[in-house]
Amino acid sequence: MLKNYETVFIATPVLSEAQMKETAAKYISLIKENGGKVVSEEDWGLKKLAYPIQKKTSGFYHLVEFQAEPDFVEKLETQYRRDERIIRFLTFAMDKDAVAYAEKRRANWAAKKSGAAAEKKETNE
Amino acid sequence: MAQRNDENTDIRYLNPVTVEVKKKKYCRFKKAGIKYVDYKDAEFLKKFLNEQGKILPRRLTGTSLKFQKKVAQAIKRARHLALLPYVTDLLK
Repeated sequence: MLKNYETVFIATPVLSEAQMKETAAKYISLIKENGGKVVSEEDWGLKKLAYPIQKKTSGFYHLVEFQAEPDFVEKLETQYRRDERIIRFLTFAMDKDAVAYAEKRRANWAAKKSGAAAEKKETNE
Repeated sequence: MAQRNDENTDIRYLNPVTVEVKKKKYCRFKKAGIKYVDYKDAEFLKKFLNEQGKILPRRLTGTSLKFQKKVAQAIKRARHLALLPYVTDLLK
């Protein structure tokens, strides 16, 4: 039975943009291979950390919302632990309130992004 | 015994004692109908932290027990993800 999960991971800032995309893609494909379904994906990009982790003060945040079998989460987390590019991760089982909230948040995240994109278009026109 | 003490030691105040009017505290989650506290929303969670980044007690924020637990859990998750500091000075 597919349950809703939400995972956030932080990658070391040492990575280049391409490597960051590649790590994200790696986990997305891992979810898909194991019969999971990616609901949504958000890249918060390079953000400053509230406290240094492994002597680094910033990191690439990446959020993935997906549905998967409960026993898949263990596999996902062992992958995280093995991967040395990921300095911190959190997997969260979402209940129905969380899912409702996530939909609403995704709506205004998209609106904000399209807003930002619209601004960018205006600026360079 | 106590009665007699009250009679002969009537305390006279210089200015009238201002009884602090008790502001009825309410749980903002019940009032606003919020059901889920998001651990990713650091700005919102900062309202429940003091300057050092410690979680404010219910008697100050007035939140109900159910939501105080959710807020505390969300804050701890945000701290794990370095969205909120464990301890700091002048957080605001």
